[in-house]
Amino acid sequence: MSESYSFEDYIAWDRLPHMWCAGCGHGITLKGIAMALADLQIPPHKALIASGIGCSGRAGDYVTFNRFQGTHGRTLAFATGINAACPDLKIIAFLGDGDCYAIGINHLIHAARRNLNVAVIIGNNRNYGMTGGQFSPTTPQNTITSTSRYGKPEPEIDMCSVVAEAGASFVARTTVYHTVELFSFIKKAINTQGLSFVEVLSPCPTYFGRYNNLGNAVDMFRTLKEKTLPLKDYEKLPHEEKEKFFWHGIKVQRERVDFITEYNNYAKRLQANKGGEMS
Amino acid sequence: MRQIFVQGNEACGLGAIAAGAKFFAGYPITPASELAEFCSKEMPKVGGYYFQMEDELASIAAVIGASLGGLRSFTATSGPGMSLMQENLGFAILAEVPCVIINVQRFGPSTGVATRPGQADIMQARWGTHGDHTIIALAPASVQECYDLTIEAFNLAERFSTPVILLSDGALAHLREKISVYDDGELEITPRSAPEIEPEKYLPYRPNEKGVPHLSPYGNRHILRVTSLIHDEKGYSTANPTTARCQLERLETKITGYQEELPQAKCYGSKNPDAVVISFGISARAARQAVHFLNNDNFEIGMMDLKTIWPFPEKNIQEYCSQAEKVFVVEMNRGQLTGEVERILPGLEVIPVLRADTQVISPQEIIEKIKEVLR
Repeated sequence: MSESYSFEDYIAWDRLPHMWCAGCGHGITLKGIAMALADLQIPPHKALIASGIGCSGRAGDYVTFNRFQGTHGRTLAFATGINAACPDLKIIAFLGDGDCYAIGINHLIHAARRNLNVAVIIGNNRNYGMTGGQFSPTTPQNTITSTSRYGKPEPEIDMCSVVAEAGASFVARTTVYHTVELFSFIKKAINTQGLSFVEVLSPCPTYFGRYNNLGNAVDMFRTLKEKTLPLKDYEKLPHEEKEKFFWHGIKVQRERVDFITEYNNYAKRLQANKGGEMS
Repeated sequence: MRQIFVQGNEACGLGAIAAGAKFFAGYPITPASELAEFCSKEMPKVGGYYFQMEDELASIAAVIGASLGGLRSFTATSGPGMSLMQENLGFAILAEVPCVIINVQRFGPSTGVATRPGQADIMQARWGTHGDHTIIALAPASVQECYDLTIEAFNLAERFSTPVILLSDGALAHLREKISVYDDGELEITPRSAPEIEPEKYLPYRPNEKGVPHLSPYGNRHILRVTSLIHDEKGYSTANPTTARCQLERLETKITGYQEELPQAKCYGSKNPDAVVISFGISARAARQAVHFLNNDNFEIGMMDLKTIWPFPEKNIQEYCSQAEKVFVVEMNRGQLTGEVERILPGLEVIPVLRADTQVISPQEIIEKIKEVLR
């Protein structure tokens, strides 16, 4: 009989309480990751949480399984090497919108293009929480942050579309309010061959919520419920209505060989060719 | 062993493969590109990987990742790329990840003169990344040493669980010489494996008696926790002042306490020198010839061709120069190593013999400078 794991086996209970603020969504996402690993019965030594810098970056401090925390924005580049060395390791990259969409966007696009075998889970709280609530690439235009006191002058970016275009096998979006969907998307992401990308809208009541009078954490969760629509309903909305809502659901789900498998096949062909030049 | 005729960059690549390297990630840059091209051709043949990343930030990141997965890993670049790698070089130092970074130095700063050599990244190698730290940096002076010191760099990286920099340069990289190389399998390599301790008791950052941790490759039953933050022995982050101080101390002493294990300077010339020439890399080639000519001309000059630049071999230099009155430092920059020599030899006259104009320093100009001072 093999061992059996519950989600509790993946959480480092002796490391709690965590450093995330009351009302932050990251704990829910981390539990979603633990539940997905348990559901898939992945042994802790065959799972890796890879994070960057920022609030989400601390996730590795609260897990019992393998942990990698790199430098700001570079997590998916580190993961490229880890994936080559350990192709059977399930790599879950839990990253923030500042880390992955600003300083790390280059690596995200190239990881999606290569279709690196990594589950990328984004805790998108629409600002830099760790450093005091500065605006990020997903902070909506005209909103208030600690570096946009008169309203952010820049537009935001839709990273689900970017990652889908770049070639990821799986692209989805959900929120920390939709916990059942969150759990099922993370599970799908871990099981996907190639790059899977799940953007999780997550409240930051301490900064983004407070600066923009969005109420307390409960109010912000209520907004996630009321202002989101399933993708197919969202698409039917007239253009001017779309701005008022977020979509959630699966945007892309396709079969595409992952980067390391592709590379290993290439190397095998080369070796079969006795190391000669490839035509 | 067999003999082959290759250029410095290829020799580094061959050395890496002989040392068991299975992973190269890089980004094209003059004058290091031949190393990437070599790896793209040879790594897949030995069951290894050549990844061409989106930039040098990603290149060294992938190298570190692959090393944490247990593969002997390296990258090669030049000044501008080396500048981009500094942040993750610091990561590899703090997280104690073995890896090799070959810096084929070119004339800088900035884009400088891309196709011309330089030796001006000496202090960058030492202090390029932020925070207190210690680094190992080696400097080959021949194509044979490009091969030998690359092998040595991989072994030292594993021995000390730290990144090692190889400071080549644009002239050496493209110099072709006959060298001796190992036949396939002649050099025995033991890949990093899981520790012998039971997985439940394993602490990734508990150092051994020499101050070095054993990072179990990811995927083994031994859980590995790696972070860029100051961390405890379990690999969890902490801001505890005692932990922070002890960690910084250990990162230094694990290397500086074992300097005798690092490649030693090659000494030439007079056995009882009243003047010493200190040099390294391609400059040392010219300096050695200069010393040879001068000693034939009845001078008593000794020469140190440094193989390890960092940590700076202070004791060896002090010992070797103990009888000398004058010390000449020959280097292709504005005096980066000269300052270090002055620091450790107070009371001695230290004379820089420098060239920083994109050209390789010649024996003739070294001879002229030394004669001018000694006569």
